[in-house]
Amino acid sequence: MDNIAGTRSSLVWAVHLAVLALVLLWTLPTVGLLVSSFRDRDQIAATGWWAALFPAEERMVVRLAGAGEQRQEGDLWVVEGDLIEEGTLNRFGTSARAPFAHAAGETGELANGGRVKVEADGSYRAEAAQPFGERGPRLFVAVDTAPRFTTANYERVLFAEGIGRAFLNTMTVTIPATIIPILVAAFAAYALAWMEFPGRALLIAAVVGLLVVPLQLALIPLLQLHNAVGIGKDYLGIWLAHSAFGLPLAIYLLRNYMVGLPREIIESARVDGATDFQIFVKIILPLSFPALASFAIFQFLWTWNDLLVATVFLSNTPEQLVMTGVLRELLGSRGGDWEILAASAFVSIAVPIVVFFAMQRYLVRGLLAGSVK
Amino acid sequence: MDQLMMAGGTIVVGVFGCVAYFFAANLILDAVYPAKGPRAGANISRASAIRPWLFLLPAILLLGIYLVYPVFVSIWLSLRDASGEEFVGLANYEWLVNDSKFRESIRNNFLWLLVVPAASTFFGLVAAALTDRIRWGNLAKALIFMPMAISFVGASVIWKFIYDYRGEGREEIGLLNAVIEALGGTEQTWLAIPFWNNFFLMAVLIWIQTGFAMVILSAALRGIPEETVEAAVLDGASPLQIFLRIKVPQIWGTIAVVWTTITILVLKVFDIVLAMTNGQWGTQVLANLMFDWMFRGNDAGRASAVALVIMVLVTPIMIWNIANARKETR
Repeated sequence: MDNIAGTRSSLVWAVHLAVLALVLLWTLPTVGLLVSSFRDRDQIAATGWWAALFPAEERMVVRLAGAGEQRQEGDLWVVEGDLIEEGTLNRFGTSARAPFAHAAGETGELANGGRVKVEADGSYRAEAAQPFGERGPRLFVAVDTAPRFTTANYERVLFAEGIGRAFLNTMTVTIPATIIPILVAAFAAYALAWMEFPGRALLIAAVVGLLVVPLQLALIPLLQLHNAVGIGKDYLGIWLAHSAFGLPLAIYLLRNYMVGLPREIIESARVDGATDFQIFVKIILPLSFPALASFAIFQFLWTWNDLLVATVFLSNTPEQLVMTGVLRELLGSRGGDWEILAASAFVSIAVPIVVFFAMQRYLVRGLLAGSVK
Repeated sequence: MDQLMMAGGTIVVGVFGCVAYFFAANLILDAVYPAKGPRAGANISRASAIRPWLFLLPAILLLGIYLVYPVFVSIWLSLRDASGEEFVGLANYEWLVNDSKFRESIRNNFLWLLVVPAASTFFGLVAAALTDRIRWGNLAKALIFMPMAISFVGASVIWKFIYDYRGEGREEIGLLNAVIEALGGTEQTWLAIPFWNNFFLMAVLIWIQTGFAMVILSAALRGIPEETVEAAVLDGASPLQIFLRIKVPQIWGTIAVVWTTITILVLKVFDIVLAMTNGQWGTQVLANLMFDWMFRGNDAGRASAVALVIMVLVTPIMIWNIANARKETR
């Protein structure tokens, strides 16, 4: 027992290290994609994002100048030129079998029997006994390029890949789908919390039950219903659907919160002759602001991030495709173009993350009210 | 821009409509049963019997049409053929039982159910216990919680980048393969390894849900009465003993809530599988299978049958939740 202080301090260190490890595990995936979204396309393919600050070795295939630029020196045909615009040339090679056989400054043999000497700055001199062809010989080069960071990926996805339009579409879906259920739920929650009527307990139980009904069940019947009443696949349909799907949680959260409000306030207002409508608008709504805010954040995150409901209730056209939908299509069609995917993903997760960090307090409160109680 | 105007217009119309409805309904009710005159008493009691239903009506309508009605239509559709025209009895369910993709989905869903809630709760509990002890705990918590804000599709992009595979002779740019290479292993196409690829998909959901578990469990841990911990310290219990024997038993209820909440989410998991493998290489799950039959198979009958299987799996949790809620309201 003589080293209690010692064990404690080593334990504290262990805790710090463990938390650090957890935090790294939980942030590195996102950081990796974020870094990649600002990297040059060729550099993403050349090195991992963790090496973004170091020169990347890019490998490419270039052609020497052809017959158009050759000149004759004695009995040799000669072409000269520069292979790269920037960076340092490391290695080069003349055949696909040994693409990087020679270091810079060495001389390699060309397929036509000639020789080529390439310097580190990319300048070269090739000579051969026969004239060069119309197209110059192929050369494989490995070039070290300085780290390049760019916002070009973002410009490209916003304006050329449809993300900009999808951003607007997502806003169009999200804002009404967040605001409308709040109002509907607030009235219902007040009735379930503070009004006496037969069947109240049953309705509360029903709301709790509806909390977990899988959306999958609702898709086909509702799509058929929307088509039957003429809404079809349009924004009105998805606003209604999102509002309804968010209602159980909204009612549940708000009712739990409203029940906790002090009874005296409401009863003294009743004694003073206030109607339920007045009590609701003037007392309950302002007092319930924290609960309203937490639900609003939930619903916002959920509708913004949703893919399923948007895929089913909106069409696949550029006018209606939301960001998650575009992302999913890009994953399919441009699976390897990480600069596009990374930038698109970050455009789509930027707004929720800002909302998340700005309103975290309310989000946590809502989570606790929704599950601990 | 037109669209945002339209959305703005909808908000105004929607909000105004809602307010107008509630306001007008109340006004009419007060006009029909005025709280004065010879029959004021009877009028008041009648009005207050009706008013709750005025408050509830829009919610009941929306819930009824969008959540209750579909359950019955789904049952009805699941007994009919692809286009819903002909009654086929239990043929869709018969097909389900014999379909290899359905069996694969059930197996995978059970794997998800076993692993994801357990792992998320475990990591959440560890993170909650550890971050409460250090000064920068709140920052750590915010960072671990952050994936909650990221969409499943966004998270799928993030993780697909980690699992990226370039093949022999090319520089690996996926973190996992780079680490494996640095440790002297060989690169793998992680998402195409049968059976184990399921776990690589689960990692995404665990990554998202740990923050949720952490936040709730951390609040529960803070709610534990100090005296119990102090008594244990006086009795010479080690920190680990205090955590496992004193703290955890006191928050079993909260752990159960976290566990079931994540379980429900797991049963509906869809975006991650759709975006990362689309159910190939043996990773199909029920929700994605349902989506497949709805959109690519164009078979409302089979899709509804799969959806109902998900519903049946959720039902025990639903009943448990209702029972708990009723206990509290009493």
